[in-house]
Amino acid sequence: MEKEIAGKKINVNEEGYLLDFNQWDESIGEAIAKENNVEMTPRHWEVVKFLQGEHKNNVPLSIRKIGKSNVIDIKEFYALFPQGPLKISTKIAGIPKPASCL
Amino acid sequence: MSEYNGEIKKMLIILSKATLENVYAAFVLANGARMEGIEAEIFFTFFGLEAIHSKKLEHLHVATVGNPAMHMPTMLGGLPGMEALATSMMKKEMEKIDMPDIHEFLDIMVASGVKLWACRLAMDMFHYKKEDMYEGLSDVITVGDFYKQGSVLGTHMLFI
Repeated sequence: MEKEIAGKKINVNEEGYLLDFNQWDESIGEAIAKENNVEMTPRHWEVVKFLQGEHKNNVPLSIRKIGKSNVIDIKEFYALFPQGPLKISTKIAGIPKPASCL
Repeated sequence: MSEYNGEIKKMLIILSKATLENVYAAFVLANGARMEGIEAEIFFTFFGLEAIHSKKLEHLHVATVGNPAMHMPTMLGGLPGMEALATSMMKKEMEKIDMPDIHEFLDIMVASGVKLWACRLAMDMFHYKKEDMYEGLSDVITVGDFYKQGSVLGTHMLFI
C-alpha cells in the first residue's frame, strides 16, 4: 500500500515497513520515528545506519547479535527504542521487520 | 471510559519447572514480549528456581521420561545417560538457531528489562539463599507481592 510519509508517497506493508529501501531517506526515517514516539538523536542515527549496513550485507538481525556487535549493548538499545528496539529501529531504517523471536 | 483496546501491556510468567524445554519456553516468551515493547516478569517457584540457581542453571536437562513428544519409549528414556544425551543433542540444535545458553539468556533478559522474581516460600523450602541465586535476580517475593505486579490494565498471566 501507499502511504504519505514526510510529504512523499512511499510503498509500505500493512505494518508500515518500507517495501523499497530506495525510497528511504533521513526525512522518511525522521517521520517514522516521530510516529513511533522516538526523538532521533545522533546516537539513534548511528544505530539505524548500522542496521542498514547489516541488512545490506544480508546479516539476519536479532537482539542477541546486536548486543554482541560492539556498536550498542542491549540495555542501551532498549533505552533508545523503548517500545520494541528491533521492531521500531528497523521500521525507521526502512528495512524489513526481522522475523527473529530472539 | 477507558481507552484500553485489549492490547497486552504486561506478561507475568510463572515458571515452576526446570526442564530445559520449559525454561526456554518461559525465557523466549518473556524476551519476545520485551521485543514487542510489552513488559515482562518471571516468577520462579518450586523447581523453576533451579533456572536461577547459580550452581544449577548450567546443568538443566531435557525430560526424556514421560514426554511422548521425545518419541522414545519411557523405559529407554530412564536409562542412565539418556537425559544427558538428549540434552546435548538439543543444545546443539539450539546453537544452530542462535539460541543463547541459560546464563546468557538471563543476562539478555535483565538487559532488556525483564524482572526476575524468586518465590519466597519455595526458597525457604529448598533452603536457598538470595546469595545462591543468579546475580540479576530482582528480589525474593511472596505470591501476594507478585500479584501486585499484575495490577496494570492489560496484564496477562501464564503458568509454565
